[in-house]
Amino acid sequence: MLFLLAAEGGESEHNPIIPIWQEIVVGTVAFAVLCFVLMKFVFPRMEQTFQARVDAIEGGIKRAEAAQAEANQLLEQYRAQLAEARTDAAKIRDDARADAEGIRQDILAKAREESDRVIQAGKDALAAERATIVRELRAEVGTIAVDLASKIVGESLADEARRKGTVDRFLSGLESTGAR
Amino acid sequence: MFGQANVLAAGQAAFPPSVDDFYLPAIAPWGVENAPWFTKFTLMIWIAVGVLIIFFLATYRNPKLVPTKKQWFAESIYGFVRNNISVDMIGHQGVRFAPYFTTLFCFVLLTNAFAIIPLFQISPNSHIAFPAILAVISYVLFNYIGIRHHGFGKYFKHALIPPAPWYILPLLIPIEAFSTFIIRPFSLAVRLFANMFAGHMLLLVFTLGGFAMLNANAWLAPISVVSWVMTVALTLLEALVIVLQAYVFTVLSASYIQGALAEEH
Repeated sequence: MLFLLAAEGGESEHNPIIPIWQEIVVGTVAFAVLCFVLMKFVFPRMEQTFQARVDAIEGGIKRAEAAQAEANQLLEQYRAQLAEARTDAAKIRDDARADAEGIRQDILAKAREESDRVIQAGKDALAAERATIVRELRAEVGTIAVDLASKIVGESLADEARRKGTVDRFLSGLESTGAR
Repeated sequence: MFGQANVLAAGQAAFPPSVDDFYLPAIAPWGVENAPWFTKFTLMIWIAVGVLIIFFLATYRNPKLVPTKKQWFAESIYGFVRNNISVDMIGHQGVRFAPYFTTLFCFVLLTNAFAIIPLFQISPNSHIAFPAILAVISYVLFNYIGIRHHGFGKYFKHALIPPAPWYILPLLIPIEAFSTFIIRPFSLAVRLFANMFAGHMLLLVFTLGGFAMLNANAWLAPISVVSWVMTVALTLLEALVIVLQAYVFTVLSASYIQGALAEEH
């Protein structure tokens, strides 16, 4: 079509496929100016902005990750502390329980000891009293019996009885009979 | 700039449109033919450069981590070229070419867009001088990158000798040389130029055709309307071509650089 047109416009002084040199000069200068301004002042700044944007986004992600990590660490720490506190509490409770048990045992033992002691003291006292009474009774019964026999027999048997241990034998006989 | 509109209003427009319609008289000195230093075309180039510089400097004067709407818009243009063209085509090394590709893409896109912006209504890229400059830059760039990356001898060996049996090489080497070092810059420049040229020519044909029919015979007025409706439809098509060609130019430049950097075929 181009050549057809060129052929048709044969009488024309213009050939569209031949560049006009003045236009080449103007176009070169104008395009050079455009390239200089845009490639020096605009597009490098756009690259910088893109880079800054990438950095901002990646920095944000990084910060978020750091915060997340810190939060996780704190959570772990709190969990550990909580577990420790629980263990401590359990230990304290166990100790307290053990202490209470010990104290109870002590008190029981002391009470038992005390009661044993009281019972023993009572028994001892009773035994001592009984022995005293028995001793007194023995002496008195002997004396009364001898006196009574003396009165009945009319003579003093006291020396005789003492000498032969009659009363004692009799009383021993009585005791063994009573014991039986 | 308004000359054409006056011509249309006066019903004097020549039909069919010709190549001469792409060569407008100079703005300064006013109305002089063949004085290309300051024409609508060079003016549009300066306007495109000014608009892009002001837009990017204004939106990126005070960049924030959390972008404002304008900053986001500027960043998404750069991000699109950076990620979807540079990095996709070249890999992680592509990032360092992203500023140039973005400049290239924005420049081609805006100068193309003049083709359908009211009052401009023609793209500077329909003069081959401007696509040729960009194509030469891409050509020099990919050869320079290749030579720097591989070294001079290895780069040409790499570029010229495909992995093929020796007996086919005498055929392949000239083809490779021709296609890589001669066709590439031409195809880049001509593809963009021809698309913009043809697009403008189509719009001219249908717009002027409508006037031509109306002037020839009042009974043809309904067909003139059809012709102008076609102009609207073709303007939408042109919008697609504008974006596509800007994208294609950038992607092909990236692909040439990728080829120059590649270790193997």
